[in-house]
Amino acid sequence: MTNLLLDAEQLYGELRAGVGRLMTPETILVGIWSGGAWLAQRLNADLKAQRPVGTISSTLHRDDFGERGLGAVEATTSLPFEIDGARILLIDDVVASGRTIRAVVNELFDYGRPASVELAVLVDRGGRELPIAPVFAAAKLTLPANQRLSLARESDGRFTFAVKETT
Amino acid sequence: MLARRNPQLNAHGELIHLLSIEGLPRAILTQILDTAGTFLSVNDRDVKKVPLLRGKSVFNLFFENSTRTRTTFEIAAKRLSADVINLDIAKSSASKGESLLDTIANLSAMHADMFVVRHSESGAPYLIARHCAPHVHVVNAGDGRHAHPTQGLLDMYTIRHYKKSFNELTVAIVGDIVHSRVARSDIHALTTLGVPEIRAVGPKTLVPGDLREMGVRVCHDMAEGVKDADVIIMLRLQNERMSGAMLPSAGEYFKSYGLTEDMLALARPDAIVMHPGPINRGVEIDSRVADGSHSVILPQVTFGIAVRMAVMSILAGNDA
Amino acid sequence: MKILIRNGRVIDPASGRDETADVAIAAGRIVAIGQVPADFTPDRTIAADGCVVAPGLVDLAARLKEPGPGALESELAAAAAGGVTSLVCPPDTDPPLDEPGLVDMLKFRARKLSRCRLFPLGALTQRLAGVELTEMIDLTAAGCVGFSQGEHPVKDNLTLMRAMQYASTHGYAVWLRPQDPSLSGGVAASGAVATRLGLSGVPVASETIALHTIIELVRQTGTRVHLCRLSSAAGVELVRRAKAEGLPVTADVSINSLHLTDIDIGYFNADMRLTPPLRQGKDRDALRAGLADGTIDALVSDHTPIGNDDKMLPFGEAVPGATGLELLLSLALKWGNESRLSLAQALARVTSEPVRVLGEALGSLGQSAGRLVEGGVADICVFDAAAEWQVTPDTLRSAGKHTPFDAASSGTRMPGRVRHTLVAGTLAYSASSDPTTS
Repeated sequence: MTNLLLDAEQLYGELRAGVGRLMTPETILVGIWSGGAWLAQRLNADLKAQRPVGTISSTLHRDDFGERGLGAVEATTSLPFEIDGARILLIDDVVASGRTIRAVVNELFDYGRPASVELAVLVDRGGRELPIAPVFAAAKLTLPANQRLSLARESDGRFTFAVKETT
Repeated sequence: MLARRNPQLNAHGELIHLLSIEGLPRAILTQILDTAGTFLSVNDRDVKKVPLLRGKSVFNLFFENSTRTRTTFEIAAKRLSADVINLDIAKSSASKGESLLDTIANLSAMHADMFVVRHSESGAPYLIARHCAPHVHVVNAGDGRHAHPTQGLLDMYTIRHYKKSFNELTVAIVGDIVHSRVARSDIHALTTLGVPEIRAVGPKTLVPGDLREMGVRVCHDMAEGVKDADVIIMLRLQNERMSGAMLPSAGEYFKSYGLTEDMLALARPDAIVMHPGPINRGVEIDSRVADGSHSVILPQVTFGIAVRMAVMSILAGNDA
Repeated sequence: MKILIRNGRVIDPASGRDETADVAIAAGRIVAIGQVPADFTPDRTIAADGCVVAPGLVDLAARLKEPGPGALESELAAAAAGGVTSLVCPPDTDPPLDEPGLVDMLKFRARKLSRCRLFPLGALTQRLAGVELTEMIDLTAAGCVGFSQGEHPVKDNLTLMRAMQYASTHGYAVWLRPQDPSLSGGVAASGAVATRLGLSGVPVASETIALHTIIELVRQTGTRVHLCRLSSAAGVELVRRAKAEGLPVTADVSINSLHLTDIDIGYFNADMRLTPPLRQGKDRDALRAGLADGTIDALVSDHTPIGNDDKMLPFGEAVPGATGLELLLSLALKWGNESRLSLAQALARVTSEPVRVLGEALGSLGQSAGRLVEGGVADICVFDAAAEWQVTPDTLRSAGKHTPFDAASSGTRMPGRVRHTLVAGTLAYSASSDPTTS
């Protein structure tokens, strides 16, 4: 079910404005699979960035491997640039506990030593369990713990939000 | 009945042991191959390690010696951040008369999480899987003539890498198939993945007629066997075959079944040549072919590490 | 002791009797079947309502080689629990039965237990080494009913021919396992299953080549030969032709080969490690047809008790064999039901027919063993043909708990449950006092 109070396209517009203000010629956008990756790709095109965009997956560094197993393998990391000394802006659709970000940062450091890593998200829904903070969030809101929020992409490229009830 | 459920799968149909490719659904084979693709990229990073098996103990139990296979399993486990303990049982307690199950019980008491087992008797890993503690996973690294599932999987990964689709391939497996666990695993994997034409090529003493019931075409003529093949898998010929009255000499074998450049020319122009190793140059394969442009023998080794990482991480994530 | 078995369905395959009748027993013999004298006052009455009263089973192959001491006690108790009142054991005990003194002692110990009559086969050659003959006259005097090599080969055909000639001089029977020594080294039957599982195979030729040799030697020497444990369709056909020719051969088949095939090996279940190995479906069908038409004379348990240490091993390393004394009756009934034979026809293969195979070797006992005859020995099995049970380690009295028919492996429901077994008019087993029956 789509939450009509959250217009993904409208929030994307705000994210684009915010990221636009943050970016420098050296900034490299890296999207977290899957929602963040879609956002980063569209941002990279809309902002006419000079650098290639990267995609990163948290699969290999997740801290819940023991309970959940390996899970989806479609998520792969693709970083077509030199990590050492890079200024990286991570993009994700939703940040909550912060554990995905922690895993992604560990994955990033397997490739080299970036100069800096920052985070911009579409939605910050709170409930942090780790000391992680985005420098920009298009929306801050609270949702019931049993509702999962994620980004969906229509066939024409438009973004919508999907909300799922978990048991 | 307890004895009838496939011992490799738990009640949810998830893989908890890898004992043989036979009986595994196509979806599980595909899952392993897809996961292996992810791990291949780990081998290219600066930090060639991921923490998936951190804190887990993987015991390499090799009742039959093999430095090559043991090394690749050790590398794979360490890249997953596991602790690896190597046990050359051939030299230790078993030769003092300790039974297989006593050895397993002792190791379980040392809190092993995974056993990688190679044994000279077909079926030994099944016995181990039946009797080890519930949370322990068993990986068969080769049992007698029966199965070598990780080799079968890496062979499939190799084929998929170069040929993309299995649906229209002709695959020829050449050599001592009756004694080969690699051949059996390859045959099961190829049939499960839908390869339409699989040929078993060799003399009658090494390629018996009842192999047909495994879904292969039996060819005793090499030219017929490799004609228009997309993939040629060469198997090692062991010396015991000559002393067991199955073959007169390595020389005569090479004349009939060796993969020479002339024989290779009968296959498809873009055919790939595979071999599980170690190769016997001049016995089953001509050096020029082994080192030639069709050969993918060395990439097989690289893929082997990624496939073993995939197997171990999938197993470790599933409960009994 | 005077015993009256009341109201049971009395089935005697040899005479064709099948009727509800009382059976009166005194001084170890059957005094009456049916018209029991009014003044017969039994010391004990057994109610056999709803049960079959049959001759005690005669098992032509049961090993008493043990795991552990006290094996004779547990195995003969197992026999009694299985309704077996006479059994033939092969000479491959430790030490082998090549000395009359060993035979005497074995028979003495068995007699003291009063559970089951024991008829040992003597070793054909000393130490079963296949080279020098044993003293067959003395061994027969001590109680041997024939001569055998167990699973051990004879050194060569010349020695085998001479051994057969010597035995036939005195009219002794030679019991032989038809397997060629150089072809029988595998651990499973040659075929698609062995190939798929990567197990070394025993080709059918191992049995047929050995049968051709043995049959030819019978032609030349006229020796009475009993062929032990046929396993293949080709083997059955060879025996059929030999009998048609009038040669003095008989044959048996084991409960395992009669019911199972190589597919039952499943995931390397070591309980299926047997010799002869389990062959294919068409072989099983031929064995079943051969047992029905009399080409195969007897069904045997091939009882071989094996301990965990020798079975909980990789398939090829496990010791071949399975427990069977307590399964013989049920598996005979199961085969009979599935082959649409009458109870009498099925029971014949484990009672009167085995006795016919033993022939003169039983002496006067042969006149009534395996049969229910007024004036004959009171070796009787009372069983409930309709009851079903499943095999689990605690339902077995044998020290050997490994059997392919274990509920966990096969889920086979076993028809027929023994209620009472009498040997020489003494109660050797009674289900009501058996803690393993529920």
